[in-house]
Amino acid sequence: MEELLEILEEMHPDVDFTTCDTLIDSNILDSFDIIALISEIKLEFGVTIPPDEIIPENFNSAKAMYELIERLSD
Amino acid sequence: MLFASYGFIAFISILFIVYYLIPKKHQWKLLLFASYVFYLFAGPKYILYIVFTTVSTYIISLRIDKLNQTQAQYLAKHKKDLSRADKREYRDMMKYRMRRWLVACLLLNFGILAVVKYSNFAIANLNAISRAFGGQGQLSFLNIALPMGISFYTFQTMGYIIDVFRGKYSPEKNIFKLALFVSFFPQLVQGPISRFDDLSKTLFKEHSFEHRSFSFGIQRIMWGYFKKLVIADRILVAVNTIIRDPEMYQGAFALVGMLFYAFQLYADFTGGIDITIGIAQVLGIEVQENFNRPYFSKSIAEYWRRWHITLGTWFKDYLFYPISVSKPMMRVFKFTRERFGGAIGRRIPVYISTITVWFVTGIWHGSSWNFIAWGLANCVVIIISQELEPFYAWFHSKFNVRNAFGFRLFQVVRTVLLMSSIRMFDCYRDVPTTFRMFGSMFTVFNYRELFGGVLLDLGLNMADYCILLIGLILLLGVSLAQRKGSVRSRLAQEPEPLRYAVYSFMFIMILIFGAYGVGYDSSQFIYNQF
Amino acid sequence: MNKKRIGLKIATICFLFITLWFLQKLMVPKYVTAIVEGSLIEEYYHEETDHDVVFIGDCEVYENISPITLWEKYGITSFIRGGAQQLIWQSYYLLEETLKYEKPKVVVFNVLAMKYDEPQKEAYNRLNLDGMKLSMEKIKAIKASMMDDENLIEYIFPLLRYHSRWSELTSEDFKYLFKKDKISHNGYYMRVDVEPVKSIPKGRKLSSYQFGERSYYYLDRMVELCKDNDIDLVLMKAPSIYPYWYDEWDEQMREYANKHDLMYINFLDLIDEVGIDFNVDTYDAGLHLNLSGAEKLAVYFGDILRKTYGLEDRRGDEELKKVWDEKVEFYYSMKEQQLRELEEYGYLKSLGVEKRE
Repeated sequence: MEELLEILEEMHPDVDFTTCDTLIDSNILDSFDIIALISEIKLEFGVTIPPDEIIPENFNSAKAMYELIERLSD
Repeated sequence: MLFASYGFIAFISILFIVYYLIPKKHQWKLLLFASYVFYLFAGPKYILYIVFTTVSTYIISLRIDKLNQTQAQYLAKHKKDLSRADKREYRDMMKYRMRRWLVACLLLNFGILAVVKYSNFAIANLNAISRAFGGQGQLSFLNIALPMGISFYTFQTMGYIIDVFRGKYSPEKNIFKLALFVSFFPQLVQGPISRFDDLSKTLFKEHSFEHRSFSFGIQRIMWGYFKKLVIADRILVAVNTIIRDPEMYQGAFALVGMLFYAFQLYADFTGGIDITIGIAQVLGIEVQENFNRPYFSKSIAEYWRRWHITLGTWFKDYLFYPISVSKPMMRVFKFTRERFGGAIGRRIPVYISTITVWFVTGIWHGSSWNFIAWGLANCVVIIISQELEPFYAWFHSKFNVRNAFGFRLFQVVRTVLLMSSIRMFDCYRDVPTTFRMFGSMFTVFNYRELFGGVLLDLGLNMADYCILLIGLILLLGVSLAQRKGSVRSRLAQEPEPLRYAVYSFMFIMILIFGAYGVGYDSSQFIYNQF
Repeated sequence: MNKKRIGLKIATICFLFITLWFLQKLMVPKYVTAIVEGSLIEEYYHEETDHDVVFIGDCEVYENISPITLWEKYGITSFIRGGAQQLIWQSYYLLEETLKYEKPKVVVFNVLAMKYDEPQKEAYNRLNLDGMKLSMEKIKAIKASMMDDENLIEYIFPLLRYHSRWSELTSEDFKYLFKKDKISHNGYYMRVDVEPVKSIPKGRKLSSYQFGERSYYYLDRMVELCKDNDIDLVLMKAPSIYPYWYDEWDEQMREYANKHDLMYINFLDLIDEVGIDFNVDTYDAGLHLNLSGAEKLAVYFGDILRKTYGLEDRRGDEELKKVWDEKVEFYYSMKEQQLRELEEYGYLKSLGVEKRE
């Protein structure tokens, strides 16, 4: 979780990722960010996020993303 | 059968009546029948294309589904005696087999699209290259007509098969229902590009007549015709005059043409979509919105989230994301990040995907260099604004104008002008002419001529301009009102006499001021040997 | 409550229909001061008495023969159901429609229209068809006449066709909204001005002189229709020197008339007998006759019709006389007015005629 937050904060220093749960819905993360994020996750966690998992519910909060990573590394 | 034809209006009127008279369980069958009748009007031979897409997608979706079931059964059966690695290996193997079917389906259907839509463009380019190298041999053009709506239904259907492959939903088992999804006539010609899970919720359902959705649907259809006939088809005359004679109409006229085209395209396209969604609504079917007042966007990126929404999300879900997270792209990412560091390294692969997507978006709109240039121009603007992000951040930290009305207005106007100038690519006959005309806006200073009555030489008279002005004001008014919610819902709360007056007024406006039919031109009647 | 709502709906629908009807009346061209040819077809419906002779055809009938003269001279009642560039199927269906109202003894068809085998121009279709009352014959005529970009529904609801006139409406459109002035004399379009013939044209060579199959098809039907109704059909070619009437065409008509035992008169061969002087009897250098020409032709032709088909002199019929006296009076007052105008302005201002250079 720590590593994930670090990646996120590096991208948008002005956002509080621990609390925000509408990252996609309120357009904080755009598709460019998502791609960058997925690439970082691949490097950091060794997890490949397939295109069909790129849906708002999975990226709206840091928590959701972390759950996704957990699920996929299973 | 064009939306703006007597035949089409008769067609939907009959459909609406029959639809609510027959037993409800047959309603979707009637729609399928109507869709194919509609398609037949475009030319009987084109039916083969759409039937092929339907059947091939149907068969392959079932194959994929079968593999999916086999996999689930196998994994359930051997839940205990397989290691995690074994399971993964099995899953990968199955995924590979499913992917083979998917790729076959995509190749077949996009292949057909490519052949009918792009072969002549490819031949023209090959010939040009051959000429450039002094070659003598010239290929002759193929004589294939583009089947109606092929770009739209192919995209919609391929989205469906990809979703099935991804396991988003299980495939439709009834081939006739799938056929209706592929051919649903209101959206066949210009979209929206629907998603199966979304559209199927209401498409195959039984619908009883409901006054509200019927009335709302009819209102929306009328509004669509208003935009199309009163505004778009009227202003079209001036647009055509300007863009067909670029030598004559430069500078100020290029600007006028550019702005007129912005109005025309908006009124025409959103009007058509209003008719589509309105028809669906009368039938009790919900079709996804395709526009969200795009001309109020504050940036190009936002504009593209609000204009032709279903095409944008299609490209995002089925092209942009897949290539962005594909294995080769990941390798590029790793390489660029090691080489250039996080901030830049992260962006390069995304930009590669972005350029690809915009190239494809361009060529999707039309098989010519104009559209490719148009797509790439959009892409360049988006990348530049992405790169300027730090500057914007700095600007906003210095000046607190983000929410000031004046600044937002500036952003909106800037976006509209930017989009309109990019769109000049799809007006003029080729890319160099477009650049020349764009340049002329800054080099040919004939702006004073605009006030000398020359606007009346573009094929529109004073009365036409008055109607246009009223129409555009109405359009703007409705758009502004929509920000506070549905205009129709609010109208529904008004007293009945007022409502009926509004409906009648709209109807008469379209009938009288619509630019349809043979224009009355008294000069035709001048004596000549009769 | 519910009753009130239904009432409101019905009221709205009625209001809408009335508005549309009114708008249609308003937008449709009135053809009163300009292009008056557009009014000819419609004026037939105001007739109260029957006719011995009905003329059908293009401008060569409605500008070249004066029914008033036929009455004054021979007591023959007649009406011209002619229209600008009336095509033969339009003539045929007009005749069919006319027979629903009356049975004339003689029908005269001007054969120039044989040269057109296909619809020519939307504007002329309109001039001939818009004036017809809605009937099966009208619909058949429309279907036979439509150009590719035309639509039946635009004939049935002319508002769809003329809606774009909203920006060109004139006071005339309001003035003649419900009632139009009579402009013709039993279908005859009067002109008193003169423009002499300057040169006699030579016909351009054609690739084929054979009249089209479609023209013959309708001519055959016309012959049949008249036979079935015991009407004598006469084919005429008016003495207009434009458009050129080829000898090859004349030959075909002569043969056709022989074969079907019809009378065919080519007045171009009888110019001297009729007494037409192209220095004074035409108002547009030979395309059409003016009033004096039309009167001469009526005198000559009327005599033939009277003798051949035994048309009685009906001037003794008191009731008929009353009706026709009115027509005669209108005829002479218009003649006088046109002459006055001609004197005052040098051209026929009231007909929207352009002043000649």
